[in-house]
Amino acid sequence: MPERAASSGLSWALGFVLLTAALIVLPHLLSLSQQEILVLLVINVLLVSSYRLLTLTGEWSLAHVVIMGVGAYGSALTAKLLGVPVPLAMLAGAAMAGLLAFLLSFPLFRMKGFYFLIGSFAAGEVIRLIWKWSELTWLFGGPKGIKLIPPFPDIEMLSIDFYNPVNYYYLCLIVVAISLVILYRAERSRIGLTFHAIHWQDKLAQSVGVDTFRYRMLAFVISAFFAGLAGALYAHYVGTVNPNRFDVEEMVYVLIWAIVGGTATFYGPIIGVVTLTILNEVVLRALGVDEMRPMLYGAILIVSILFLPNGLESLVPRIRGWIAGRKHKRAVAEQPAE
Amino acid sequence: MTAELFLQTIVNATYAASYMALIAVGLVLIFGVMGVVNFAHGELYMAGAYAVVALYAGLGIPFFVAVVIGLIFVGLLGLIMEYGLFRPLRDNPLGGLIASIGFLLIMQTVAVLGFGVHMEHVPPSTQEKIVFADGVVLTYQRLYVILAAVGLLSALWFFLRKSKFGWALRACAQDREAAALQGMSINHTARLAMFIGAALAGVAGALTAPLVSPTPYMGHPVIITAFIIIIVGGVGSLEGAVLAAVLYGFVNTFVTTIYDGTLANIVGLLLMLIVLIVKPTGLFGAKERA
Repeated sequence: MPERAASSGLSWALGFVLLTAALIVLPHLLSLSQQEILVLLVINVLLVSSYRLLTLTGEWSLAHVVIMGVGAYGSALTAKLLGVPVPLAMLAGAAMAGLLAFLLSFPLFRMKGFYFLIGSFAAGEVIRLIWKWSELTWLFGGPKGIKLIPPFPDIEMLSIDFYNPVNYYYLCLIVVAISLVILYRAERSRIGLTFHAIHWQDKLAQSVGVDTFRYRMLAFVISAFFAGLAGALYAHYVGTVNPNRFDVEEMVYVLIWAIVGGTATFYGPIIGVVTLTILNEVVLRALGVDEMRPMLYGAILIVSILFLPNGLESLVPRIRGWIAGRKHKRAVAEQPAE
Repeated sequence: MTAELFLQTIVNATYAASYMALIAVGLVLIFGVMGVVNFAHGELYMAGAYAVVALYAGLGIPFFVAVVIGLIFVGLLGLIMEYGLFRPLRDNPLGGLIASIGFLLIMQTVAVLGFGVHMEHVPPSTQEKIVFADGVVLTYQRLYVILAAVGLLSALWFFLRKSKFGWALRACAQDREAAALQGMSINHTARLAMFIGAALAGVAGALTAPLVSPTPYMGHPVIITAFIIIIVGGVGSLEGAVLAAVLYGFVNTFVTTIYDGTLANIVGLLLMLIVLIVKPTGLFGAKERA
């Protein structure tokens, strides 16, 4: 049915234009503090989407936030100590995160399942402790971390000042959009299909000549690169990084976003992070009970694992089916009776 | 290192090994019988400590009465987790682990709301101490922890080896379906394992409360240590957990005394990573679970 395909292509294009327009207008409808949260939300979208790429191979890492931190520290130090321009430093930070993942994959991918989870956690904690270590305070700043990180340079010609959260939001939006396209293309490519194969048919994939170790490593390195990029975006926005910002509690939040959203589809984790952030900011800030945040997240996690084990994304086909069903019914009803 | 410092460090390490063994054995027992990695185990320890904060430091109830109430209270918390989380998620391999993370966050928040984020000060229940030599001292407060670990873990060992419940527990740990076919109630054994496992963590928290200044986040370093111990000892091996607790307690205490605490933590985590890489079944890993 070519007609149908054309109309569906049109509605996708329309949806894309509407989404883009909404994302451009959105910050102007918000208060300053909400704009700042929006910037962090966009960075977190990249963080959780990059995490999903790793979960495609079936492994759940607890080091992802620490790897984000490697990107943040790497970028901050490259810009601050070496005087490298910030955009280049950001890429360097992301590359460092990818390199670290490359090195870590040798010990970590000897493990699977629960052992990988704990192994990645231990590796992450070692890195965090190295940041904190008093012997290395001259480099990493100890528990207080790095302060006065150079901000993203302003574009004088267009008088765009990235101190303004709205402008930084646009910058993040562009970087994250490009990253998401790359992640999406990677998943849809042969490589991505191999990731799925490794997840579901590990032994079979191996027996037809897939080097599962190399593909696991590849997934880990790609996901680490984009996590590092998210960290770099974070570091030059907030201007300070410290070891506690990247602790296991933050990792638990990433895990919750991914699980509550669901990881079977590309959009699942994004739905998760957006929904929970809105819930968090709107409900908790409105009620003025910020310290309830872990409890809210914990309760949502338990409820969703008990009653919605496939995540929020599993509601999307149901809603779509429901709408289609109504349309169909209406079409049937509108048809003149013979 | 002087001889006194060396001996004192041995005393300190024995204490550290004792309370870590209590926590790690409970974690292994829960994993062995139910197949669930309980991330909230550190928070059960925290709950035991806060029971003593509320009852002993707050209401002035005698220390050991508070400890016993704390033990039962945390055991009941374990039962709630079993009923509400682990039983409905029994067929979901990662489900129990994820749900326990949710429970951990809830328990932390409850502690923050009930007591605040500050450190609690619990006065010691006794000032008595044993002086072995000049500069080598063991306070009674620490001695209680060592005695509790030795006593409770021996009792658990006899219970598992000799009693009918113990046999059922070990049978469930080995093969759940086969045990059920022999007429053992999986629900009943899971309840028992969860109560015992949680209560061991609770009693460790209750007894160490005067020694560590409880905070709502005190479970975090504890669960990391417990994971190191159960990995090094071999996941699912009770004897391995005890031996690994002793090993970890000594390594950690000596590195802390000679160098510093951060390095000691790094050494512990590296020890776990090396075990995971070289021998994932653990140094003392047994073939049977629990």
